Amino acid sequence: MSEKLDRLAACLEKKFKGRLQGLTQECGEITLQVAPGDWHPLARMLRDDPELRFEMLVDVCGVDYMAYGVTEWATETSSSEGFSRGVEEATFGRFTFDEAPDAGQHQGPRFAAVYHLLSISHNHRLRVRCFCPEDEFPTVPSVVEIWSSANWFEREAFDLYGIIFEGHPDLRRILTDYGFVGHPFRKDFPLVGHVEMRYDPEQQRVIYQPVTIEPRVLVPRVIRNDHRYLDDSAEETSADA
Amino acid sequence: MPEIRNYTLNFGPQHPAAHGVLRLVLEMDGEVVQRADPHIGLLHRGTEKLAESKPYNQSIGYMDRLDYMSMMCNEHGYCLAIERLLGIEPPLRAQYIRVMFDEITRILNHLLWLGTHALDVGAMTMFLYCFREREDLIDCYEAVSGSRMHATYYRPGGVARDLPGTMAQYQPSRWKSKADVAVLNQDRQGSLLDFIESFTERFPTKVDEYETLLTENRIWRQRTVGIGVVGPERALQLGFTGPMLRGSGVEWDLRKKQPYAAYDRLDFDIPVGVNGDSYDRYLVRMEEMRQSNRIIRQCVEWLKNNPGPVRLDDRKIMAPPREEMKADMESLIHHFKLFTEGYCVPAGESYAAVEHPKGEFGVYMISDGANKPYRVKVRPPGYVHLSALDEMSRGHMLADVVTLIGSLDIVFGEIDR
Repeated sequence: MSEKLDRLAACLEKKFKGRLQGLTQECGEITLQVAPGDWHPLARMLRDDPELRFEMLVDVCGVDYMAYGVTEWATETSSSEGFSRGVEEATFGRFTFDEAPDAGQHQGPRFAAVYHLLSISHNHRLRVRCFCPEDEFPTVPSVVEIWSSANWFEREAFDLYGIIFEGHPDLRRILTDYGFVGHPFRKDFPLVGHVEMRYDPEQQRVIYQPVTIEPRVLVPRVIRNDHRYLDDSAEETSADA
Repeated sequence: MPEIRNYTLNFGPQHPAAHGVLRLVLEMDGEVVQRADPHIGLLHRGTEKLAESKPYNQSIGYMDRLDYMSMMCNEHGYCLAIERLLGIEPPLRAQYIRVMFDEITRILNHLLWLGTHALDVGAMTMFLYCFREREDLIDCYEAVSGSRMHATYYRPGGVARDLPGTMAQYQPSRWKSKADVAVLNQDRQGSLLDFIESFTERFPTKVDEYETLLTENRIWRQRTVGIGVVGPERALQLGFTGPMLRGSGVEWDLRKKQPYAAYDRLDFDIPVGVNGDSYDRYLVRMEEMRQSNRIIRQCVEWLKNNPGPVRLDDRKIMAPPREEMKADMESLIHHFKLFTEGYCVPAGESYAAVEHPKGEFGVYMISDGANKPYRVKVRPPGYVHLSALDEMSRGHMLADVVTLIGSLDIVFGEIDR
């Protein structure tokens, strides 16, 4: 299996020389990182090249890297009184629309579209990540004309993250309510949402009103650098320090 | 002469043939569909966002509620994604149990699909027959997890507990006499595995019964043959997977091509269609039920002969057994930490796909090293299939849209998420 992966990785590197932002291999999967400008010609090659033949686009996923690495509980630094017991509220589950969440440690653009490709003829899988250059107005070229299945997936990523897929024939909201405001899966969109809907007996119709439920998260978000998952290089640096 | 124009027709969301909450806006020319625009999202619960705010294990139950007709297969995809990130593999017995329940789930799903599809097309009896067999399989769910539908049985690193040695019995009541109960309880005297075995013995004849009613039935064939034809090239373009893709003549099954769990140790065949119409998809699914039955039989035999652990012996991921927790300090700490905080998953990303009854069910997971996932993306097969409804229904009659929705085998829990 890994031999096959290495072959695919070598093939990709040879074919896309100089046009990739990165190629990584982990958990038995290959991830390519491409620039939005290069994505369209590369996608066409991925589909049509006889050695690659990724006929199927399995999935398109929007990702918001804004809160990457945010924790709510310091687990490593201790004071003279021991480890901190306090939870610092930082994630989207805990705030409402008036408050702004913490930014994470992610460097670079905030939004990305992640594509999963499948080659039926060669039995390969591939992941392609394409970062949107601008955070305020994230855009990526659409691949609907290359893979028809991208249609609804791109609509979904647009709906939930506000990523604009340039060249999409019909970029409408798909999962959220008619007249919905905002992009709910962004990390600065609170879990409780913004409005709630109820039937108003006086007006005898359904009305929208600001949410009344309290944000409530039971378990703090914690990152523990478990020694089992440290690789050798990380151990060496910590030993040096 | 009056002016004849296209008109728009709202199909659903409260329509019995809409399989849940599908609102379909149809542009009709007389009775011929010109354009179909599915409006989905009426069941959108933000499962993926909720999963981001909870420790990993607390979201297993949400997975059941995605495609609520094939519960354990969803759990399997989710658990596999976590296991890949953690770099662990459950014990072999747990993998066999998973395969067995995946296949039980496949039969459950296909029975419901068959019953409702036939009901939509006009065969009432099928619905009753299918639910008769579903009852036994749902009892298996109940025996193993305590719940008849939303089992929450799989765990990263194994399954919640081993298979039970006894089955629940029917009790005599006002509606069931002692004699009736004796008949019903006949198969329930032994363990769960005995019960499943007796089911697999009688199930193939039941499939024969369904086929007698439908396969050569003139009305059934008139309603399904040549409806919604999708060629193999187009099926790949549209992202079809599972029976939809195989119905179009592409031999692709993740259980064979990218085997997970114990599928590479089992013997089964992949049915493939020829014409890519609704009738071929029906035939593919019928044969899949027989093949699932075959897989279940092999699993039962293996499980009877190979007792062993069903949970990984890693206290950092799986909680210790109850008795140990009462007596051992360290076990108590492990238990407390796992249930208050959960486990941290190393930073990275993984995509795990399983052959779900409807197609490829994938879970893409990004972890930043925390005890909660950074991003969970569910790749639902039904979502992709429904997106092709517009193309498939163009030029067909209104009544064929009902056949197509049935043939797509859609469930809104997974489409809307």
